Amino acid sequence: MTDLVDDLLAGKHSALARVITKIENRAPGYREIVSELHQHTGDADVVGVTGSPGAGKSTLVDKVAAEYRDRGLTVGVIAIDPSSPYSGGAVLGDRIRMASNAGDMDVFFRSMSARGSLGGLSTATTDAVTALDAFGKDVIIVETVGAGQNEVDIVRTADTVAVLVPPGSGDDVQMLKAGILEIGDVFVVNKADLDGADRTVQQLREMLQGRSGAGKAGHHGAVATAEQGEAATEGTDDTDETWDPPIVETVANRSEGVEAFISVLEDHSEFLDRTGARERQARDRFAAEIRTLLREDANELVAGELARHGGIESAVDDVMARETDPYTVVDEVLAPLRECLDAENAP
Amino acid sequence: MSVEQEQGERTIRCLVAKVGLDGHDRGAHVIARALRDAGFEVIYSGLHRSPDEVVQAAVQEDVDVVGISILSGAHNTLVPKILDGLQEYDAFDDRLILVGGIVPDDDKAELRDRGVDEIFGPGASMEEMISYIREHAPER
Repeated sequence: MTDLVDDLLAGKHSALARVITKIENRAPGYREIVSELHQHTGDADVVGVTGSPGAGKSTLVDKVAAEYRDRGLTVGVIAIDPSSPYSGGAVLGDRIRMASNAGDMDVFFRSMSARGSLGGLSTATTDAVTALDAFGKDVIIVETVGAGQNEVDIVRTADTVAVLVPPGSGDDVQMLKAGILEIGDVFVVNKADLDGADRTVQQLREMLQGRSGAGKAGHHGAVATAEQGEAATEGTDDTDETWDPPIVETVANRSEGVEAFISVLEDHSEFLDRTGARERQARDRFAAEIRTLLREDANELVAGELARHGGIESAVDDVMARETDPYTVVDEVLAPLRECLDAENAP
Repeated sequence: MSVEQEQGERTIRCLVAKVGLDGHDRGAHVIARALRDAGFEVIYSGLHRSPDEVVQAAVQEDVDVVGISILSGAHNTLVPKILDGLQEYDAFDDRLILVGGIVPDDDKAELRDRGVDEIFGPGASMEEMISYIREHAPER
């Protein structure tokens, strides 16, 4: 197992690929691997790219990766595609668009399927980013369809979030509903050569003005969901500087606007360093990660206890027969845990 | 990851690759869909890939199965290049290598010698291929 970590740190591509597989499968030993890798991370710039299907995410990511390579940087890409809830299978097609980096091993492109999971995917993504970071990638791009909480969680893995908006997606309400305005640090109107692009840029601009007036805390995607709230508030705005998300126009398949897009990413990266926001974001992320892991592991412990008590079905039987009630069941299941903790905490 | 597959059972990943100057990908599409419906994760390469690109995809995606579709007759040139590349990146031993297409019998033997695990020609059924993969997917 440690061999795999050594191989990864030594720059062996197949080791990196295998580590990500273990992370995806939660194979035995993956936790130890990620733990060992953690100390080697923290150097990569992580960029999240999200947007509706067909917005041109993969094409843009391809061109951006190629541009970074021209500048001598190494790139890791994680592309997340939905999987069928019925068969569990998936066709992961983002790779088809990676034509500009064909055969270049220093662009490490990995497709991941959503595997119909809630929460688990964002953990897997975070861990995969850890692996790419430890491998020594300078820039890591996480690409996902922007729809729903799960994806929003994934994009939060990133230091900088780019939201792609195709022209003519019009209807203001649609975008507000998706909550997508709040998470973007940069907005990209891709396919800017199409009719309606100007209008989309205009609409976006108006909506973003509304946003900066509305909430001051929202410099990075209103990081404050209920749980992360405390962590976020303690760190808000010791400087007055805020980030106004720029709007960039690109025609990704012709590489137009790609350089402008990258320089905006760089500006944001500098902004994060200058204001200390990068550190705050990292703190928030780790806080959220610790909470998530705690919850998952605690759930597992409790599920084990429940099984030892005869499982949920028999408990439900007893409750149905009015022999006991849900509160008593929970007390009984958790009794050994409580005893342990009490013994531990006793002086 | 769903609760059911949390322990033990892992998802088999397959690369479906089109190499060389061969624009016929109807079959590759059908196979990709069938594998997906069988519960596998399928990475489709797109058309006209070079052997290097196939190797890059197979290594980075850490697939269990490398499926190479060739209808151009250039299998004797292209397939060995892919096999060499996989070996170079230490990604050959624990991978199932399948070739699909029209391969004359004489060539089949040679491809097998070079390390191809199975060759599926015209008339091979989906079920055959899927159960072959299920049976022979490498232990990891």
